[in-house]
Amino acid sequence: MENNLDNNKKRTGPVLFSKYTRGEGIKKALAMPREDVLFELKSSGLKGRGGAGFPTSTKWMLVAASTASKKFIVCNADEGEPGTFKDRVLLMEYPELVFDGMVIAGYTIGAKTGIVYLRGEYEYLLLQLEEYLMKMRDDNLLGKNILSKEGFDFDISIRLGSGAYVCGEETALIESLEGHRGEPRNRPPYPVNTGYLGFPTVVNNVETLASVPHIMQKGGDWFRLIGTDKSTGSKLLSISGDCEKPGVYEIPWGTTITELLQFVGAQNTKAVQVGGASGICIPKRNFDRHLAYEDIATGGSIIIFNESRDMLHVLQNFMEFFVEESCGQCTPCRIGNTKLLEGVKMIRSGEFTFSYINALKDLGKSMQVASKCGLGQSSPNAFISILENFKDEIFFHNGYGRK
Amino acid sequence: MLVYEKNALSEEIELLVEKYGVDRSSLLQILQDVQRKHNHISDFAQQEIARLLSIHPVEVNSVISFYSFLHSQPQGRNSIKLCQTISCDMAGKQKIEDALTRELGISFGETTKDKKYTLEHTNCMGMCDQGPAMLINDKVFTRLDPEKAVNILKEVE
Repeated sequence: MENNLDNNKKRTGPVLFSKYTRGEGIKKALAMPREDVLFELKSSGLKGRGGAGFPTSTKWMLVAASTASKKFIVCNADEGEPGTFKDRVLLMEYPELVFDGMVIAGYTIGAKTGIVYLRGEYEYLLLQLEEYLMKMRDDNLLGKNILSKEGFDFDISIRLGSGAYVCGEETALIESLEGHRGEPRNRPPYPVNTGYLGFPTVVNNVETLASVPHIMQKGGDWFRLIGTDKSTGSKLLSISGDCEKPGVYEIPWGTTITELLQFVGAQNTKAVQVGGASGICIPKRNFDRHLAYEDIATGGSIIIFNESRDMLHVLQNFMEFFVEESCGQCTPCRIGNTKLLEGVKMIRSGEFTFSYINALKDLGKSMQVASKCGLGQSSPNAFISILENFKDEIFFHNGYGRK
Repeated sequence: MLVYEKNALSEEIELLVEKYGVDRSSLLQILQDVQRKHNHISDFAQQEIARLLSIHPVEVNSVISFYSFLHSQPQGRNSIKLCQTISCDMAGKQKIEDALTRELGISFGETTKDKKYTLEHTNCMGMCDQGPAMLINDKVFTRLDPEKAVNILKEVE
């Protein structure tokens, strides 16, 4: 009984899927003062790759400026967004990028401890990652006085999640690390002030950290040349659904959906879900839009639907997902998602009124502002965008509107 | 539970607490280890963990109830988790689901009488490009078809 994992790495690029030797980036960073590392990062324009797009240099700077006795760097490897699997490929094939990124972060912000929060579903990666960390310790890339840099001690440990989507939210992740239920906290205070065990903490996505060693090696200006003005560098996309070549693709920011569909070999495409269940559904007429923070921001999940797919079924699947994964602590998300799912089932059985469905859309908009964390704030996106963009299909052609 | 079983479990939990540290932040790791070995975290185990970490047992229970991989009721020796999220769904998850329920004679959420298998759904597990996919314990199986899925079941202990 063997694992038959296929990484399906379909398109390599200049940043993430490119050659890198373990320790090179660390060497380069340790030769610089901490301020210069931050400067290089700032000039690269690197933004958080989990989807929210917060400037990485700002996050690091806030923690670096703190005088707290302890600081932490946490790598968020809890990729649970439906349709995302790029972090798995990075951790399997390029652990050197992720871990070197963490060491550089540790040096820059003054942390001695790095923690990888690996989702429970990826437990099969644990052993090989632990072995890799041992190799890094042998090479003095972890441990005391790293690469003979006096006073720079840093080590990384790996902690497993236990199957909760909401733990990908940074404050929920910290709660989980502290041994609590993974319920998001109020923000502010942000983790950069009050994070793990109350100490300043940087929480970065796997892909964000993996971009750092290349920026150290080749410089922020080099990174800026890739992508668009506001979205620098390249992005890993996890592509699944109706296409000939699903897998992980590295693309420069600014690629349009039409271009994307061409190189993945998708035919008769009706819609593309960008950003997973919490993202938005893009209909055919908007396929000329760009993947970039300033147009359609995404954590990298792309799910392709062809003409044969029933969009109401897709929507129901998403809503069932959110009802199950809502942590239940705030009312808009706990009750709201249940109501939206009920609405979808009403449409399916034909027992609905348009005024009620419109009321549910308004409820969705309330959830977007009233929910405590990103889960409830983004879960109505699919409901609103699918019912808006595919109303002809759902209400008239499929017959759901007729009893 | 027999007295000597209780003693053995207490001892085991003491070792785990020693390994991860007497601190609330060790709780999840301790629970994961107990779950892995015993396929559930019994009431007695929960009380022992709470005692050793100096927290209330209901705190331990509330953490277990939050995470979908932790259980307070006995589960089968092999936990089968079939991905139900959209990409696997479009790749034909329903056929796998039907084949598994027919073969084992139980529905999703149930455990076979011989305690060999527990059948569960899980949400996206990052195998969207090669679905339908399922996890058996910590091993992942992809590109399933009904026959393949059932044959894989036969191979586990």
